[in-house]
Amino acid sequence: MMSMDSASSNTGFAVPDGLRGRYRRRRVYSALGWLICGTSFVVLGLALLDILFSIAAGGFPALSTKLFTQPTQGVSGGLLNAIEGTLILTLGSVLISGPIGIGVGIYTSEKRDHFFARVVRFMSDVLVGVPSIVLGLFGYITMVVGLGWHFSALAGAITLSVMVTPYIARTTELALIALPGSLRESAYALGASEASVVFRVLLPSCTGRVLTGLLLAMALSMGETAPLIYTVGWSNYTWDGHLTHEPLGYLTYVIWSFINEPFQSAHELAFAAALLITAFALAITLSSRLIFRYLDKR
Amino acid sequence: MSAAVIRTVNQRSRAARSFKRTAFSVLLRGFSLILPITLVGLFVFLIWGSWPVLQFNGLGFLVSNDWNLGSQYGTPTTVGGHMVLPGASYGVLFLIFGTVASSVLALLFAVPVGVMAAMFVAEIIPEGIRDMVAAIVELLAAVPSVVFGLWGYVVVIPVFSHYVYPVMANVLGFIPGFGQPVGAGYGLMTAGIVLALMVVPIITANVREAISAVSRGDVEAGFALGATRFEVTRKIILPQTHRAIIGVTILGLGRALGETMAVLMVCGNALNIPGNIYSPVSTMAAFIVSQLDSALQDPTGMAVASLTEIGLILLIVGLVVNAAARLLLWQVRE
Repeated sequence: MMSMDSASSNTGFAVPDGLRGRYRRRRVYSALGWLICGTSFVVLGLALLDILFSIAAGGFPALSTKLFTQPTQGVSGGLLNAIEGTLILTLGSVLISGPIGIGVGIYTSEKRDHFFARVVRFMSDVLVGVPSIVLGLFGYITMVVGLGWHFSALAGAITLSVMVTPYIARTTELALIALPGSLRESAYALGASEASVVFRVLLPSCTGRVLTGLLLAMALSMGETAPLIYTVGWSNYTWDGHLTHEPLGYLTYVIWSFINEPFQSAHELAFAAALLITAFALAITLSSRLIFRYLDKR
Repeated sequence: MSAAVIRTVNQRSRAARSFKRTAFSVLLRGFSLILPITLVGLFVFLIWGSWPVLQFNGLGFLVSNDWNLGSQYGTPTTVGGHMVLPGASYGVLFLIFGTVASSVLALLFAVPVGVMAAMFVAEIIPEGIRDMVAAIVELLAAVPSVVFGLWGYVVVIPVFSHYVYPVMANVLGFIPGFGQPVGAGYGLMTAGIVLALMVVPIITANVREAISAVSRGDVEAGFALGATRFEVTRKIILPQTHRAIIGVTILGLGRALGETMAVLMVCGNALNIPGNIYSPVSTMAAFIVSQLDSALQDPTGMAVASLTEIGLILLIVGLVVNAAARLLLWQVRE
């Protein structure tokens, strides 16, 4: 590149000196520009690495089998109750929001020419922007107090599913829209009803993408805290099987409240909980990205 | 006979099929209503939950600065037809200030850094590994907000309050609000930094998408005129993504305004307007959580209702901001 530049300047075009100086200046400015851009990228990358590193540094020493076998006692003990609670809430919210979200996604993609479908899509985009704490208040007013469920697993799972349903609807819709139109046309040409077109032809051909939506919803509801403070409460005991009237422990609560306690054991639990939650959330997000890439290549 | 059998079978299956068809279309219609009903429900129940305080406060609470739940042990008195604890008042001006200030600060950091990082990834990183490299920044979005809070608490606060803020106060001290005292690290600046990191992945991902949508013809025309790669990116690609950048900035604003846990853990939970950029603040979302315990002690229920009112404001702001952002981004896509 450089040799070509010098070669051309030696052999021919008469470039005025002023212009050459200006060109050099432009090259320097460009290099500087990229340097600044690269620096901002590196800063962001380092921030992520530092987050992961400090969580790992605090969390790994705190890992022990006790975490997985004992419930929390005050600010020490294990995390069995919290791990169990997080699993229940996450699975519960995906069980509720999965079918609903996929249904909404089917509606907005298959009826996409209808005006109302556009309205629904817009609403689903806007619902994503409702702060999660507001959903928590909503759950508190309607379920915890209104229906008299008190702090409970079901109230939390439903609140979380209100939060993630728009995401699932959106990914399902995008997955269905990405399918070739000929697939629909040939299915309809064979005389299939709308339902069989959707359930026997369209959905099976984009299972992977719909699944990525569900996985992302899981990662989201797993890492959420604010709406649960108002709907699930906290409990030191493992779940007793009641869906209502019984508070539940969950991992993100441990991170938030135990780090403020002035005890070594509490800090260890907070870091261990952070490590578990971050590892799970990142693993789910990464694997859904990989699935997506694999599907795109196929 | 066999013809009759075939006819009945046909009729039966036709009936079954038409039933299935109606069932499916009814089901779809039902699904179409779920999200609108949720949205309306959010409004209705938040208004219902905050109704007594809406009447008690009027609109004055937005501009007054006196949050006081009243005396826990006093006998509830009746003011304007509502039972409240003596001395209770619910002004939230400081919350509005804290929320807006921390979000604006976050965007001041996040937008330039996010856009430049997106430029770097889209134009410098080779195509084969671009997605992997971009994932480094975009994975920040997968970190739960409470983990950001923990990181802010154990890393950002000690490091910045010891090494960064004192230097900042000395160098920038001539600007009002940037001088000493730097305090303990809990506050507006720290909240802004943590929020910026949470908002950045949205910005980078969307700007990267917008950059890849710019027509290659324009780019090649730029190179043909002898522009350097940076000049092409800065003067040809970037202007075409302006609308996307504005849209995603508003989207990020919505995210920052409503962020709860991370801010709660680093903001210091002050009940007044901060004295300088390092002082403790409180945001609406964080306040709703930090006040829950004391609000539940209020036998008149007015405290919870007033928190619900803050939630109602957050809901309205969140919806407006997000709707604006989506409309802009939709226009970009089409």
